[in-house]
Amino acid sequence: MNKNLAAILFIVMLTILLSPARANGLDGQIGIHDPSTIVMCDGKYYTYGTGGTTLISDDGWTWRRGPNLPRRGLAPDVIHIGDKYFLYIAANSGVTKADVFLLTNKTLDPNSPDYKWEEGGIVASSDGVEDCNAIDPGLLLDPTTKRLWLVYGSYFGYIRLVELDPKTGKRLNPAVKPVNIAINSEAAIMIYQDGWYYLLVTHGSCCRGADSGYNIRVGRSKKITGPFLDNMGVDMIQGGGKLFATSAGRVIGPGHFGLFDLSDGVQRFSLHYEADLDRGGASVLDIRPLQWKDGWPVAGENLRAGTYQFESVRTGTVLELAVEGFPVGGRPVRRGPPPGAMPPAAGNQGPPPGPPPGTGPGTGGGIFGGIGKPIPTQDVAEVSQKWPTGEVNIRMGNYLLQAQQKWAIEPVANAGGYLGAPYFKITIAGTTRTLTATEGGELIALPTFNGSPEQLWRIDQLADGSWRVSPKAIPNTKEPLALSAVGSSFATLSKFDPKSEKQRWLLKTP
Amino acid sequence: MNTNTIKKIALIAVMTILTLAAAASLTAQTPPVTLTKPATPTKAPSGDGFIQRWFVLEPIPATGVTDNAVQSLIKKDLFPNQFAIVPKDGDKVSVGNNELTWHALDTINYNVNLFHFARERKKKTSDVLFWAVTIVNSPREMKDVRLAIGSNAASVWWVNGKEVIGIYGDRQAVIDDGVSKRLTLNKGENIIRAAIVNGGGATDFCARFLDADDKPLKGITVSLGK
Repeated sequence: MNKNLAAILFIVMLTILLSPARANGLDGQIGIHDPSTIVMCDGKYYTYGTGGTTLISDDGWTWRRGPNLPRRGLAPDVIHIGDKYFLYIAANSGVTKADVFLLTNKTLDPNSPDYKWEEGGIVASSDGVEDCNAIDPGLLLDPTTKRLWLVYGSYFGYIRLVELDPKTGKRLNPAVKPVNIAINSEAAIMIYQDGWYYLLVTHGSCCRGADSGYNIRVGRSKKITGPFLDNMGVDMIQGGGKLFATSAGRVIGPGHFGLFDLSDGVQRFSLHYEADLDRGGASVLDIRPLQWKDGWPVAGENLRAGTYQFESVRTGTVLELAVEGFPVGGRPVRRGPPPGAMPPAAGNQGPPPGPPPGTGPGTGGGIFGGIGKPIPTQDVAEVSQKWPTGEVNIRMGNYLLQAQQKWAIEPVANAGGYLGAPYFKITIAGTTRTLTATEGGELIALPTFNGSPEQLWRIDQLADGSWRVSPKAIPNTKEPLALSAVGSSFATLSKFDPKSEKQRWLLKTP
Repeated sequence: MNTNTIKKIALIAVMTILTLAAAASLTAQTPPVTLTKPATPTKAPSGDGFIQRWFVLEPIPATGVTDNAVQSLIKKDLFPNQFAIVPKDGDKVSVGNNELTWHALDTINYNVNLFHFARERKKKTSDVLFWAVTIVNSPREMKDVRLAIGSNAASVWWVNGKEVIGIYGDRQAVIDDGVSKRLTLNKGENIIRAAIVNGGGATDFCARFLDADDKPLKGITVSLGK
């Protein structure tokens, strides 16, 4: 489908898109197509889409529409350099005849007296004959050289690379011929990580709702000019590309990758889905964790509500209420020594001689014989009757499938959020006992959830797939702290150290 | 010298060697000594921060290493002033019908081997409770430090009278297994007290203080009182 027609259809679609809060995905008005990289301005988050759509968020979780851009073109991208924001947005004037325009602004805040978009001219074009369609701009300020680069292009030819002037945002050396770096794709953008340049593009068809085959692919190169090879060594200029994100669950057609680096090794990426089935098939924004594995970016999943065990990467032990654990199925009754065991030496207190072996299949009986029938999951309502009724300390222990080790993680409605996710409450599953940050940066479980900031938790996925867990606030502490293993059997709150495993947690489903 | 004489001499030589070897073997079976009497008024912690000087009371009979079993045992009136006493070497207390002795000890290792302690005194090593006390001297008030311990098996720990750690169950002594919340060491003397409950087998404990960066705390010394 021609993107101009798609833009018109998308604007129509936006007018009918409702924006109810959902349990999964972002909150608020998130209808957008071809979103730009998300950027911050004065503490707020901004992204721009095809048709000049503007979305603004105070916290990165709940979004609202802002005033449209003065140019209602295609698939913009934006970058903040120095005291200016450079926004690039394309327009087709023929099937493959197109231009990428520069807009500049001192601020992205429409309420600021400095808010004024200024035209900066054309920075890249395609003439309608050459093998390129100059739309879908994507930017990279190379962290190693501080040089500014623009990639652009769509199907009908090559993805191309040109250099821009980071001071003005305009084309640097227009006489220099653009470099072809990929083909058969669009929505190109580059990122840099650990000595590699990664080119992320979108393959497949857009703008067909639930029939859109959009999927995000990636290749990498040691040089910004390529060649960009995928994991099989196929050059992206010959159609290569390792799959990064595809349709899954209730969302179809991911496209238009944008990186947001939260520092300390925490990265997220923005994208849109061509169709969110829970939102009537509308095209919507999403923000997800970015992981890295074996030198390749991996699309992480936002945390879903559910019951989890918190396993410390540092210790392998799990977070639990400091209560006496009760073995699943009850305390074992010694029925005799294990098969083949030597009888206890004289004077030693060994297990008393047991009755005939148990009935468990293939065990040989004895204490390894089991009870001969399935043991049900531990009933928290039963075992929690023996727990103290007030505050209970938090500690860690070996995971034994016990009720005090299973935590329910649920998003809290109307409590706000952070980039890409809502705040969560963390309770012992089946109870109201709530993980709570205390003064001095320690932890306790309170009997009930009261909605206070020290009971609201931010849960960020880290690059290795583990999670960082941080309270929204800590009484009398301004420094942000994260859930941390201290020793093997206790947990505390401490400053996040990206090089340490102390604050990394595996969230496993029991 | 005839052949028979040579054989006899050879046999005697072999038997002598075997006898000497057996004697050497008996020497090797001497129990290792890891605990000694303190010979100096104060002692710095080890390079890794471990406290190596303690008073240890001869073992008290105990049953169970679960949370409730340990907590209910230590909260009994086992002996007078059990949560405040700073004994002297050789002091005796009565526990039930038994008279038990406090011993001042230095350990040559990072840990205090309670199995060695009890065995040397021909006391039980299984199903027993050991009390231990020491004094940590701080040159100044130190905030945001943590007591970090390991024990075989369950143990409960107090700093200046406040319970700060409890670890339970049948477990090995792992360095920094149990770590307290942040606490403050007073300038001067700080009383560290522990109750270690063993079910069976080996039993020992180790303890050190960590600074705000979870590194071994520097600048403290350990003594056993005036």
